[in-house]
Amino acid sequence: MIDLAFTLNGAPCTVAAPPFAPLSDTLRERLGLTGTKEGCNAGDCGACTVLVDGAQACACLIPSAQAQGAEIQTVDATQGAVGAVLARLRASFLAHGAAQCGICSPGMLMAAADLLLRDAAPDRAAVRDALGGVLCRCTGYAKILDAVLDAAPKAVPAPLAGEAVGASIARLDGVAKLDGTDRFGADEAPADALWLRVVRSPHASARFSLGDLEAARRELGLEAILTAADVPGVNAFGIMPNLKDQPVLADGLVRFRGEAVLGLVGTREAVAAVRDAALPITWHPLLALHGAEAASAAEAPQLHAHAPNNLLIEGRLNRGTPARDVAHAEGRFTTAFVEHAYIEPEAGYAQPAPDGLGMEVFACTQAPYMDREETARVLGVAEELVRIRPSACGGGFGGKLDVSVQPLLAVAARKLNRPVRIIYSRAESMASTTKRHPASITARMAADAQGHFTSYEFDADFNTGAYASWGATVANRVPVHAGGPYRIANLRNRARAIYTNDTPAGAFRGFGVPQAAIATESLVDDLAEQLGLDRWEIRRRNAIGRGDTTHSGQVLHASAGLPECLDALKPDWEAMLAQVASHNADEPRIRLGAGIACMWYGCGNTSMSNPSRMKLTLARDGTLTLFNGAVDIGQGSTTVMAQICADALGLPLENFRFVLGDTSRTYDAGKTSASRQTFVSGRAAMETGLALRRRILALANAGDDAALRLEGTQLHVGSARVIDLATLPADLEAEGRYDPPTTALDENGQGTPYATYGFAAQIALVSVDTGLGVTKVRRIVAAQDVGRAVNPTLVLGQIHGGIAQGLGLALMEEFLPGRTENLHDYLIPTVGDVPEIAVHLIEDPEPEGPYGAKGVGEPALVPTAPAILSAIRHATGVTLRQVPVLPHRLWEQMR
Amino acid sequence: MGMTAYHRPTTLLDALAIRAGADVAVLAGGTDIFPARIARAAWGDPTHRDVLDISALPGLRDIEETDDGWRIGCLVTWSALARRTLPPLFDGLKAASREVGGMQVQNRGTLVGNLVTASPAGDGIPNLLALDAAVEIASPRGTRLLPVAEFLTGYRATALAADELVLALHVPRLEGAQGAFRKLGARHYLVISIAMAAGVIATDDTGRITEARIALGACSAVAQRLPGLEAALLGVARAQATRVPQPHHLEAITPIDDIRATAAYRRDAALVLLQDLLEARA
Ligand SMILES: Cc1cc2nc3c(=O)[nH]c(=O)nc-3n(C[C@@H](O)[C@@H](O)[C@H](O)COP(=O)(O)OP(=O)(O)OC[C@H]3O[C@@H](n4cnc5c(N)ncnc54)[C@H](O)[C@@H]3O)c2cc1C
Ligand code: FES
Ligand code: FES
Repeated sequence: MIDLAFTLNGAPCTVAAPPFAPLSDTLRERLGLTGTKEGCNAGDCGACTVLVDGAQACACLIPSAQAQGAEIQTVDATQGAVGAVLARLRASFLAHGAAQCGICSPGMLMAAADLLLRDAAPDRAAVRDALGGVLCRCTGYAKILDAVLDAAPKAVPAPLAGEAVGASIARLDGVAKLDGTDRFGADEAPADALWLRVVRSPHASARFSLGDLEAARRELGLEAILTAADVPGVNAFGIMPNLKDQPVLADGLVRFRGEAVLGLVGTREAVAAVRDAALPITWHPLLALHGAEAASAAEAPQLHAHAPNNLLIEGRLNRGTPARDVAHAEGRFTTAFVEHAYIEPEAGYAQPAPDGLGMEVFACTQAPYMDREETARVLGVAEELVRIRPSACGGGFGGKLDVSVQPLLAVAARKLNRPVRIIYSRAESMASTTKRHPASITARMAADAQGHFTSYEFDADFNTGAYASWGATVANRVPVHAGGPYRIANLRNRARAIYTNDTPAGAFRGFGVPQAAIATESLVDDLAEQLGLDRWEIRRRNAIGRGDTTHSGQVLHASAGLPECLDALKPDWEAMLAQVASHNADEPRIRLGAGIACMWYGCGNTSMSNPSRMKLTLARDGTLTLFNGAVDIGQGSTTVMAQICADALGLPLENFRFVLGDTSRTYDAGKTSASRQTFVSGRAAMETGLALRRRILALANAGDDAALRLEGTQLHVGSARVIDLATLPADLEAEGRYDPPTTALDENGQGTPYATYGFAAQIALVSVDTGLGVTKVRRIVAAQDVGRAVNPTLVLGQIHGGIAQGLGLALMEEFLPGRTENLHDYLIPTVGDVPEIAVHLIEDPEPEGPYGAKGVGEPALVPTAPAILSAIRHATGVTLRQVPVLPHRLWEQMR
Repeated sequence: MGMTAYHRPTTLLDALAIRAGADVAVLAGGTDIFPARIARAAWGDPTHRDVLDISALPGLRDIEETDDGWRIGCLVTWSALARRTLPPLFDGLKAASREVGGMQVQNRGTLVGNLVTASPAGDGIPNLLALDAAVEIASPRGTRLLPVAEFLTGYRATALAADELVLALHVPRLEGAQGAFRKLGARHYLVISIAMAAGVIATDDTGRITEARIALGACSAVAQRLPGLEAALLGVARAQATRVPQPHHLEAITPIDDIRATAAYRRDAALVLLQDLLEARA
C-alpha cells in the first residue's frame, strides 16, 4: 500500500492503495466511485474510461501509483468544464436514447467529453475516432453518435394522460444510467462480504481427484474451499424443468474447459493470491469431443447417461411432401459459437438470512424467478426462502437467462454464514457462460417456374456444448422458423441439439433462428438467380401475409406485415441496385453489392405457457405504484410497461412510482427473453391498468370514458366526481395477468406455437475490397413490423443494436474455446464498423398485444447477417456458406 | 498480487540501480503489462514480477531534433507522436499511431513499449525498421546504440539485457523522404493487425526513387525489411512503384495460420498491402 494524493473531479483526494492495482479498482473499491465501470480489465472495452490530465484513458490499465499528482476526472464530475460538458452530454444521451443497459455509458460520456473539450463542434468522423475505444453491445452506436453531435437536444415533453403509448419519451431509468449511480452487479455489496473466486477446469474433458483441501485452506489463508460436497441441496441446475444436468461444482468429472471445480472463499487479497497450481487437484485428461460431428460419430464416448449418441433432443416439422421442382437449390452452411459480449461480466453477492435457511441474491439477471427456483434447489430450501434482487443488468441478450454466479454465491454464503460476493473476470465470463449454438446445416429449397416456393428441407445439428441449457428450445424453435416467412406447402425440417465437450450453448437473441436464416435466405437467392428473378421480387411473391398458413399450420389472422415491410423497402432497394451498378461499372477492386433478407419470429415461448402478472396500487396517500417483475436489461421494458399501464389506467406517467423485478415484492413477469416482454408483460401491464381503472370508475360510479386526474390524495374522475383517497378504508389494488394462447405441437410440428409473430426485412449495401477480402457494410435499411411502436426511440434502439450484432455474426464474431476468451481476440463491432442505418417501422397491430404491440428484441438481428451475405455475393459473385466471413475466408472463396 | 514490489524512481540513476539489482518488469504506459497480467490471472496465475515503473523519470517524454535526425524519448506516447509536427518521413509512423487501439491506449502506450514487447503484430515495429531507427540503451555499464533490426531477436524477444533500459529511439534524417503505412484488420478500431506494411521512400527531383526501405509486420515471427523489393525499387519512377512488388519479393516471410487469418492469405494480402503502400500520392 502507498499513500496517493491527486486531484479527483476537481477536489484534492488522498487514498491508500496498492501501487500496482489498476486505478479503476482504486476508484471503485477504495473510493467508492462505482460510476467507473470495469468490463474487461484489459483495455479492450473502454467502460473504465476516465480523463487523466485531460486526456481519455482506460483506468484499468493505469497503475494506481501513476495517479500520484495527476488530475483525474470521472463520470461523477460535476464541476468545471468537465462537469458542464458532462451535463450537456447526459441530457443529449437521455433525449436520444443513447443509453440502453447503460454499462458503457460512463465510458462513452468520458470519451465524448474528452473530444468536446478539445473540439466543441466535431464532425461525425472525429466523434467516431474519439469513441473508437469504447464498446457498446446494445445500441449499435447510432444514437450515441447522434447524441454527441447534437449540442442542443430537445427533450420530448411529458405526454398527457392517455397519450403515453406511441411517445418517444426518455427511458425512465435513464438518469441513473448516465450519472453513474445505477447499481450493476459489481457495484454493491455488504461491507463485510467475503470474496469468492472459482477455480475452473483448464481441460475440456477430464476426471479429477482432490487432495488435502483443509491443509491447503490453512496454508493459503482462506475461509473455505468449496467442493461439490458443500452443495447443501441438489448439485445441479439447468433450464429444462426435467433436465438439470449441470453441476454447480463439478464432482470428479469436468465436461468443458471453464467448468467450475472449486470455490475459494476468503478476503479479496487471499482469494486473488492463490495460484491454481498450488491447489491439490490431480487431473486425468480424457478425450474431448469438439464439435457436433465428433460427438455424433459412432465411436464417440457418451457424455451424459441420459443422452445416447450424445443427442440431447431432436425437433421436427413435417408438412406435405417435399419434391424437386423447376428451380432447386441446396447447400451446407456452418456458423460459429458467438459470445454475447455484454459489457458487464456476471457479478453479485449473496446474503444469508440469520435463520440458516433464507438467502438473498443480488446479481445481474434476465430471469429472477428462474434464478430463485435454481438457487432454492441448490440450497435445498423452499423457493419462498430465496429472494432474488436483480441488479441493473449490463446487457444480457440471452446470456443472463441461465444462472451463473447465483448458486455459487448462495452455496458459499450458506457455508460461511456470511455475505459473499463475486465479480467474474472477462475471461471467466467468456469461458464459462453460454454461447450462441454453432450450427451445421444442410438445406434444400425448390420453386416453380413462376418463382413460387414449393418445397423446403432443413437438417441441422446444433452444438449445445457440455450441458443442455436452452438446447431444447433451439431444437423446438428452429424447425418452426427454418423455412422463413414464406408460403411453402411442403417442408421437412429437423434440428438436433448435440452434446459435446465445448462451452455450453444457450439462449442468444434468436434461439437458432439467425443461423437457420443464413441458410434459407442464401437458397432464396439461389432460386432467384436460377429463375432470373430479382431478389426482392421473389421474396415479395412468396411473403407470408395475413390469412396465410404458417409451416406449422397456423393461420395468421392479423398482424402479419411482411408484405408491407418489403413494399416499404422497394424504393431503397432499387436505389441501392442502381448505385451498385453505376459504381461497379468502372471500379474493379472495391466492389459494391446490395443484399436482402427477410425473417419472422414467434414472440414468447414455443408452445408453452409463459404468463406474466403485474400489480398496481393506488395508496391512500396518493402514491400510485406499478409492481413490475419484468427485468429491464436495457431494452426498455420498465419504460414501455409504464407507458402501457399509464394509458390503460388513464393517468399520466409522472403519477407513477415503480417497484421493479424483485421476487419478494413483484409478481412473476416471466423471463426477459423470446421477445416476450412488450407483448406478454405489456399486455399484463395493460390488463392491470384497466383493472384499476374499472375499480375507480365503479367507486365513482362514472362512465367508461371518464378522464382521471390525481392531485395529492384527490382523485378526480370525470369533471364532476372526486374521490378522496385518504378516506378510503384500504388502498386500491388491481392485478392483471396474461398468458399468450398457444397449443402444443404434434409429432409433425403442427400446431399454434406462438400467439403472434414479428416480421422484418432488411437490405444491405456493402463494399468489398476484392484485393484484401475485406467487407465494409455501408448502409442498412430495415423494415420491421412491430405491431405498434409503444416507444419509437426504444424500438429503433433495439433495431440498431440487433443490426450491429447481426453484422458481428456475419463478419467477425467467432468464439473459439481457449483461444478467444477476451475482447481483443474475440471481436465485436466498434463504432467504426456500424453502417448508416435507416428504419421503416411498420405497424400492423396485433389484437392480442397491448395497444397492438408485439416483440421487437430479437427480430432485428435475424435478417442482418443473411442480407450482408447476399450483398457480398452481389459484389463478388461468391456465395459464402460459413460465417463469420473473415477476410481470409472471403479471399479463399474469391480465388 | 500483494507480494509484488513496486518501484517508481524519479532519477535514471535510481532506475538503473533497481533494474540491475532485481528481476523487475519495466512498466511505462502499462498497456501491454496489464492485459498480460490479467490473462495469466484469469487462468490461475496471479503472480507478477516486481515492477519498475519508469513513468516518473524526467526528460524522456520529448521528441528532440538532433544533428542527425530525431531522438524519441522512451515515454513518448502514440498521441504525443501524432500531435508533434514532423516531416513527411514520419507519416507512416504517425498513421500507425492513430491506428493503435483506441485513443485511450494511444494516450498512455509508448512507442518504445511497443518495440520492447516485440510482438509480431506491433504496429510501430515495421515503421521503425523502415525509418532505420536505432535504439538507445542504458545500463549501469554505460549506453549503447543498436539498430532496431538487431534489437529484435525473435518472437517477443529482444537483445535487451536484464540490467538495461531503453532510453530513446534515434531516427536519422532522410531528405525528400515520405513515409507510409497500411494496416489490415478485421474491424475498424481496436484491432490487432492481420498484416501491415510500412515504408519510407526518397525520390530525386525527377521523381525517381533514390532510397526505399520497406518492411512487413505480422507476416513472420519478427517484422522484417524486404531487401529484394527495396533493390528493385531503386531508380524506378515513383509513379510506377506500385507495380514493382512481386511474389518473389516475399520469399523470406514466414506467415502463420492463427485465429485471425491463414498463412496463405497473409502472403497474398501482404503483396496487396505493398502495392497499396507504394501507390503514388496525388
Ligand atoms: C486495447 C489495446 C489495443 C491495442 N492495440 C494495438 C494495436 O492496434 N497495435 C499495436 O501495435 N499495439 C496495440 N496495443 C499494444 C500497445 O498499446 C502497446 O504495445 C504499447 O505501445 C506498449 O507501450 P506501453 O508504454 O504501454 O508499454 P508497457 O506495457 O508499459 O510495456 C511493454 C513492454 O515494454 C517494456 N518496456 C517499456 N518501456 C521500456 C523501456 N523504456 N525500457 C525497457 N523496457 C521497456 C516493458 O517491460 C514491457 O515488456 C494495444 C493495447 C491495448 C490494451
Ligand atoms: S475495463 Fe478497462 S477497458 Fe475494459
Ligand atoms: S448501452 Fe452500451 S453496452 Fe449496453
